[in-house]
Amino acid sequence: MPLLTMEGISKRYGGVTALSGADLEVEAGSIHAILGENGAGKSTLIKVLSGVVPADEGRILLDGKEMHFASPAAANAAGVVCVFQELSLIPELSVADNIVISNPPMRFGMIDRAEQRRIAEAALARAGASDIHPRALVKDLPLSRRQMVEIAKALARNPRILILDEATSALTAADVGRIYDVLKRLRSEGLALLYISHRMNEIAELADRCTVFRNGHNVSSYDQGTRSDAEVIEMMIGREYSAAFPERAPVPADARPVLETRNLGWNGRLSDISFTLREGEVIGLGGLDGQGQRELLLALFGVLRGLEGDILVAGKPVNLTSPAAARSEAVGMALIPEDRKTEGLMLPMSVRQNLSFAALDRVTRAGVVDRRQEQQLIDEMVRLLAIKTGGLDLPVGALSGGNQQKVVIAKWLMRAPRIILLNDPTRGIDVGTKQEIYQLMRKLAAEGAAILFYSTDYDELIGCCDRVLVLYDGRIRSELAGEELTEHALVASAMNLDDSVAETTA
Amino acid sequence: MNESRYWIAERRGTLIAIAVFLAMFVIYIANHPVGLTANVAQTAANKGVLLAFVVVAQALVVITGGIDLSVGMVLVLTNCIASWIVVGTPMQTGLGVLGVLGSGILCGALNGAIVIYGRLQPIITTIATGAIFFGLALILRPYPGGSVNEDLADAMTGQIFGVVPTSLILLAGALLVLWVPFRGSPLGRGAFAAGSSEVAAYMSGVPIHRCKFAAYVLAGLFGSLGGLFLTFYTYTGEAAYASGDGYTLWSIAAVVLGGVSLYGGRGSAVGAVFGAFTARTIGDMLFVFDVDALWQPLLQGVFLVLAISIGAIALLRVRNRLDWFE
Amino acid sequence: MSDFQQQDRPGFVEAFKRRFDPAVATAFACIIVLLLIGSFYSSNFLTATYLIQQMKVAAFLGIAASGVMLVILLGHIDLSIPWVLTAGAMMACAATGFGPVGTALAVPAGILTGALFGLFNGIGVAYLRIPAMIVTLSTNVVAQGLMVVYSGGFSPQDSASDAMRWLATGVLIPGVPNAILVWALVAVAISFLLGRTAFGRTLYGIGNNERAVYLSGIGTRRVVLLAFVLAGALSAFAGVLLAGYASKAAQSMGNAYLLPAIASVVLGGTSILGGKGSYLGTVAGVILITLLQSILSVMQMPEAGRQMIYGVVILAMLLAYGRGPRSV
Repeated sequence: MPLLTMEGISKRYGGVTALSGADLEVEAGSIHAILGENGAGKSTLIKVLSGVVPADEGRILLDGKEMHFASPAAANAAGVVCVFQELSLIPELSVADNIVISNPPMRFGMIDRAEQRRIAEAALARAGASDIHPRALVKDLPLSRRQMVEIAKALARNPRILILDEATSALTAADVGRIYDVLKRLRSEGLALLYISHRMNEIAELADRCTVFRNGHNVSSYDQGTRSDAEVIEMMIGREYSAAFPERAPVPADARPVLETRNLGWNGRLSDISFTLREGEVIGLGGLDGQGQRELLLALFGVLRGLEGDILVAGKPVNLTSPAAARSEAVGMALIPEDRKTEGLMLPMSVRQNLSFAALDRVTRAGVVDRRQEQQLIDEMVRLLAIKTGGLDLPVGALSGGNQQKVVIAKWLMRAPRIILLNDPTRGIDVGTKQEIYQLMRKLAAEGAAILFYSTDYDELIGCCDRVLVLYDGRIRSELAGEELTEHALVASAMNLDDSVAETTA
Repeated sequence: MNESRYWIAERRGTLIAIAVFLAMFVIYIANHPVGLTANVAQTAANKGVLLAFVVVAQALVVITGGIDLSVGMVLVLTNCIASWIVVGTPMQTGLGVLGVLGSGILCGALNGAIVIYGRLQPIITTIATGAIFFGLALILRPYPGGSVNEDLADAMTGQIFGVVPTSLILLAGALLVLWVPFRGSPLGRGAFAAGSSEVAAYMSGVPIHRCKFAAYVLAGLFGSLGGLFLTFYTYTGEAAYASGDGYTLWSIAAVVLGGVSLYGGRGSAVGAVFGAFTARTIGDMLFVFDVDALWQPLLQGVFLVLAISIGAIALLRVRNRLDWFE
Repeated sequence: MSDFQQQDRPGFVEAFKRRFDPAVATAFACIIVLLLIGSFYSSNFLTATYLIQQMKVAAFLGIAASGVMLVILLGHIDLSIPWVLTAGAMMACAATGFGPVGTALAVPAGILTGALFGLFNGIGVAYLRIPAMIVTLSTNVVAQGLMVVYSGGFSPQDSASDAMRWLATGVLIPGVPNAILVWALVAVAISFLLGRTAFGRTLYGIGNNERAVYLSGIGTRRVVLLAFVLAGALSAFAGVLLAGYASKAAQSMGNAYLLPAIASVVLGGTSILGGKGSYLGTVAGVILITLLQSILSVMQMPEAGRQMIYGVVILAMLLAYGRGPRSV
């Protein structure tokens, strides 16, 4: 009998079906990978299993007994513990406080701080993170350490089923290695591990069994190693995957430089960044997540204070102290931010108001919005990006992720920027929209825009960029172009490995 | 060495609050015509403790990420109640004290229930409940008056062994019996957690509602301790709108001075108490420096502005402008 | 009168549905209920004279509430109304002490005083990033301190100028007191500001997501600053009119306006968290509060009862339709 069985799970959010009749069986003592595109229903499945949201239909059986998890606490009590992506740590509390938060050891009616310390130390050791001090405040820890605390916290609850949702995305390479060892040990101790990752190599390394999700239900389960990568991808997207990247013409050698940096540095997180971005060129930013790519884009856009080095626009040094300065006529820069929900859009406001927000100064006369002109620009953008809405006056939050992202891009294109900074614009959107964004990028470049494009997806970097700068620890580790621009080289650079080392370990 | 660094990091706000108070108090005493005698200490302690109760009440709510604009009115209401029922035989007086504290608990519970279970914003909720509390106070005491068991009142505002102000003992006792167990219990930790990050606390299985409710109830209790002490100090009850408003205002200022984060999740009752003492010392300083009474409200306001602006210095260190918007 | 932005295309019915705000509708429904209750107590209640009189009283609150609404839309709050309002009134009256020029400038002087306090609030909130509640409470104390010094130290000139009296009690259009006219002008201006200008859009934007507005390349701090300046100016203007109405300025005249001003904005459906709300709702909230006050005085309710009913009504109505989302 499997340890965990989920049967016919369905979940709808409003009119959107997130899960429909999903099934899953997980054995004790195994690592079970869950694969699927964004929006395939993986995260909803996890939320149902860990008691964050209730299912509309279906049953959850643990050891053959039907369970109802009304809250994360109830799921934890039954031995189902989820490691969220740094969502569940409380910043103002100490590491030890956090580790025992749901079930602190008690003595005389109060929390036993000595025992709490002991539990925390044991859990940190078990997670391979003894370097973290139990009394440190979580808010003072860097992201990768917090993720380790998150894992230690899950282990301290003595789970029978441990769910890891993209748990390695924020970790350093050294931590990832340690986590692999920890997970394998837990498997040998008889735990069931549910592992969600977008990284195929991680799944090949760890998983015993895989289940692929698509459109809200499971399409296939198989033993790891019995399917080729191509087959798996085909199952995920439901058709043969052809990374159709648009054609690109080489950038003419005499193209004018539009944006240059010289020895740009910031706060120990960026150092010695020098590059030249030319008219019509798309430069990719590569490397593991969190190596300074986000900071570089923010630095260029005038958000960061205390920059070292120089930024030149069209050959002239500029001192940008705000996004307002960066978008000005003289500079003409745009930034498509990382998180469209918190940085790009005002979700409750209408599509119309969001679209014209960055270009309000262009459509106002003496402070008054010229609605005819606004409408013209909006119509133009809706056509150009093929934005699908139920009406321009609906809240932008009601659109699909892909269309929301289009709105964020459109709102900047309305200013016809000459320099476009993109921060992982295809994260969490569907394949179709991704293709459209690739096409759009090349089109804008062909029309003379200079584009700096950060992506966590190596295929995109290879397919869309003229050159790729790989960042490691806030520095440019290498620059790849033409024949050198391969997935292999990108990965090796990202991990800061010599090419030769990468050959042997890959 | 390493351990002590973490110990200090956990208590930075409180330690700074204590240091600021000591510095101000030294200046105050140095310029006091009489110096630090038992009587001077007693007066300073009584006024400080009175505010401290209200400030601890405010701190409890602020820690959960809320704000209590009714706290001054809880004080006024319980003061009026106390001026009716804390009288008579020791037995009657004792029951009266319990009644006052009970009504404070009810006030806190009402605030908590509306904010937590009614899902209204704390700021608007407590403005409205404050009006209700003040209305009740006016019904009880349309005109200032009433009385209190004077033996108890004198004992509570007097001295022990002719040196130590009793009020300090009372405050320390209240913190020991109420705050320390709360802070050490899962409920208290949950209140801090909810204030720091409500989503994370929920995801971690913290019973947020219960924890926050407990903090509001305890805040009501501390508010009524303030009302009780005010009655001991003045021997009467008075439904004065300006007085309630003033206590609310200074409770917020003192919470800031006491190192309690207005964004929730950080702070301690000890810090709040010293914040209250600092706020009181500001007022007393104006007195020893012989400032014209006419100018005192303005100077207090200016001090207040300076005190709250100190926190803005941290802005200079912000290197990512997006941090402004957190 | 609310947001003008969406009157084009798909059918009137749909547009109406979209603009239909249950909070505003509830507020208007409550107004009707209050009128009915009032008519039980006094037969005068439904007469034109009485209702116009009520609107005149509502105008002072309406102008103060307009300012608070701008600030609440940003997701901030202004607790400095009482003494900024009083300061506006007192400074306007003070100006009349400076001969004919002073008298002529009395109204602008009062408004300017409020704008200066608003500037102070705005700098604290937008540039020093201190929570608005704290900044505005402190400003209230400072304003109070200044007025205490002023009225205690000098023998103050506290009677209103003729222009102030005319604005508050005069009649330009027969049957419509000037105070109502002034409020109507303010209402049109604020509605236009919110619905048609870039400034208005930005206010809503900041209330919803300040970070996104900043990253859109808009100077959010200037907008916040300006909103607080306007709020201060409007509070003070309400004070100027009140002084005109009562013929003189008095120290505690602002105290009765803090709770009603905030309550009318919130009861009118503006989210206290910012980003959502229409001026029409605020108008409804102001009328609602004014009628409530009127009924309580017709009932000869003592101050204690008034305070309590006030609190209870506000809580009850907010619990009925102003609740936050079930967050977690």
